[in-house]
Amino acid sequence: MSTSQSHSVSGAVLPGHQLVLGPDAPLHLDCGEDLAPVTIAYQTYGRLNADKSNAILICHALTGDHYVADIHPITGKPGWWQELVGPGRILDTDRYFLICSNVLGGCMGTTGPADINPATGKPWGVTFPGITIADMVRAQVRLVDHLGIDQLFSVIGGSMGGMQVLEWAVRYPHRVFTAIPIASAARHSAQNIAFGEVGRQAVIADPDWCQGDYLLHGKRPQNGLAVARMAAHITYLSEAALHRKFGRNLQGRKLTYGFNADFQVESYLRHQGSSFVDRFDANSYLYITRAMDYFDLAADHGGVLANAFRGTKVRFCVISFTSDWLFPTRESRAVVHALNAVAANVSFVEVESDKGHDAFLLDEPEFHATLYGFLEGAAEHRGLPRAGW
Amino acid sequence: MVNGSANGMSAASIRVDLQLVADMVEPNSRVLDLGCGEGILLDYLHRFKQVDGRGMELSMAGVRAAVAHGLSVIQGDADTDLKDYPSGAFDYVILSQTLQATREPKGVLEHMLRIGRRAIVSFPNFGHWRVRLSLLRHGRMPMTETLTYQWYDTPNIHLCTIRDFMALCDELGIVIERAISLDSKGTIRFDAGGRLANLLGEQAVFLLKRR
Repeated sequence: MSTSQSHSVSGAVLPGHQLVLGPDAPLHLDCGEDLAPVTIAYQTYGRLNADKSNAILICHALTGDHYVADIHPITGKPGWWQELVGPGRILDTDRYFLICSNVLGGCMGTTGPADINPATGKPWGVTFPGITIADMVRAQVRLVDHLGIDQLFSVIGGSMGGMQVLEWAVRYPHRVFTAIPIASAARHSAQNIAFGEVGRQAVIADPDWCQGDYLLHGKRPQNGLAVARMAAHITYLSEAALHRKFGRNLQGRKLTYGFNADFQVESYLRHQGSSFVDRFDANSYLYITRAMDYFDLAADHGGVLANAFRGTKVRFCVISFTSDWLFPTRESRAVVHALNAVAANVSFVEVESDKGHDAFLLDEPEFHATLYGFLEGAAEHRGLPRAGW
Repeated sequence: MVNGSANGMSAASIRVDLQLVADMVEPNSRVLDLGCGEGILLDYLHRFKQVDGRGMELSMAGVRAAVAHGLSVIQGDADTDLKDYPSGAFDYVILSQTLQATREPKGVLEHMLRIGRRAIVSFPNFGHWRVRLSLLRHGRMPMTETLTYQWYDTPNIHLCTIRDFMALCDELGIVIERAISLDSKGTIRFDAGGRLANLLGEQAVFLLKRR
């Protein structure tokens, strides 16, 4: 384990743990290349119990990171699942040992395109190998191995995190006791690939992208990345949520008859875009959205999703949200139907919410009650005592 | 669909018709409960019969409550979602007080006995004397303690009598292993195959298997 501190693209020091996979233990990627060295940045919460049966791996989404329940080192904001994590909370740190690592290709400490390619001494940029959701999970497997954990009590995550959850359950079923994919899918839909492409093209069209070599030129494609984020952010919300939040409210007192942010929703989106570029690397955005596009569990199993789950002993809890149009309920239902087809142990709840895809990050009491109940039931089956027992 | 207050979760005593269903289930078996509501029967079977249980429920409120209580329940519709399940996946497939609310009772019954080695079905008996008398006296769609809905808002679109049900089983080549009918108090029980059951039984519980 390395003790050196890593830095974000904006130069901030990134706290937390690191695992370094040396040249003797490269990561074999789907694209055929071996990647080494690989740094995996991660955070843990709670304590691993004596028989190492209480570990929960949390998988973060596209632009998330491993600061699940810490003050974020760049934005200064609370962790993205701060409300769920802590003593006596749903992800009870007195009971469970929580692990979350920054995904492969990321820009918050885990090896990604902004890092130096040791062979050239220059940032990888677009020479970084193409990665997949399976590659991200391979890196997580190495981390879980390193921590000495045979079987995770649970793997949980929303959106792209849910893709990783499904990948874990399919490729490493004996290492997963429960799998909780939230607001996710077994494949990226054509519409989602289309949105991904809009975002990528916005980045690529920015002259400061410099064919991917912006770091060499001391530049960053901030405008392109901000536009990508603005477009994507709309897909994370719902029409109802946008309307409730902003309506047609004006930013100032009257229309300007120009192209400034007349409407509050414009100002909000601009803020989302500009604050995102402070904490995210543009090439990471290209690589990770591509990984999501490539994800298709059924394709790896003869086109039949049920085949991916055949014989599984994993207990699944699939959760979707009514107003999520990016990963709509029918995508979750397709996973549930495939699990039914192999008589797997599955719970499925569609939570009523008007908050869109982002609902999994927000205070949704029904979602939280579902999560709590499922984990309680599973912990009972696994023989995990409650804290203090 | 039928009167009877839902007991609290993990209660040792459950509604009489659910108790009759539960009594038909062998311990340590695999059970799929269709229309499981909040999972009261599943919870009972898990706690007292060590059953590996799964549930399917149409209403999201029911599903959420069941999953929040740690039960394996999915949101789904018995009319459309049973085709996904493989044959012989369960020891018992249970349909309590829901058959009459399905669009295709016959198809549902066939799927139940494909998926499960046995099926347990309970339903309100439309041949009960009160129902007959109500229709005879008032000339209007019967409303009784068991059938509490008006004709225009009832979810019970395929009501049947005990004799109707037995005729369907016969047509489908289904063997009736046990048949119990109970009166409104749930205390007096008849053999539902008996002659008086269709007149005196307010509800019926059948244990079925493939021929």
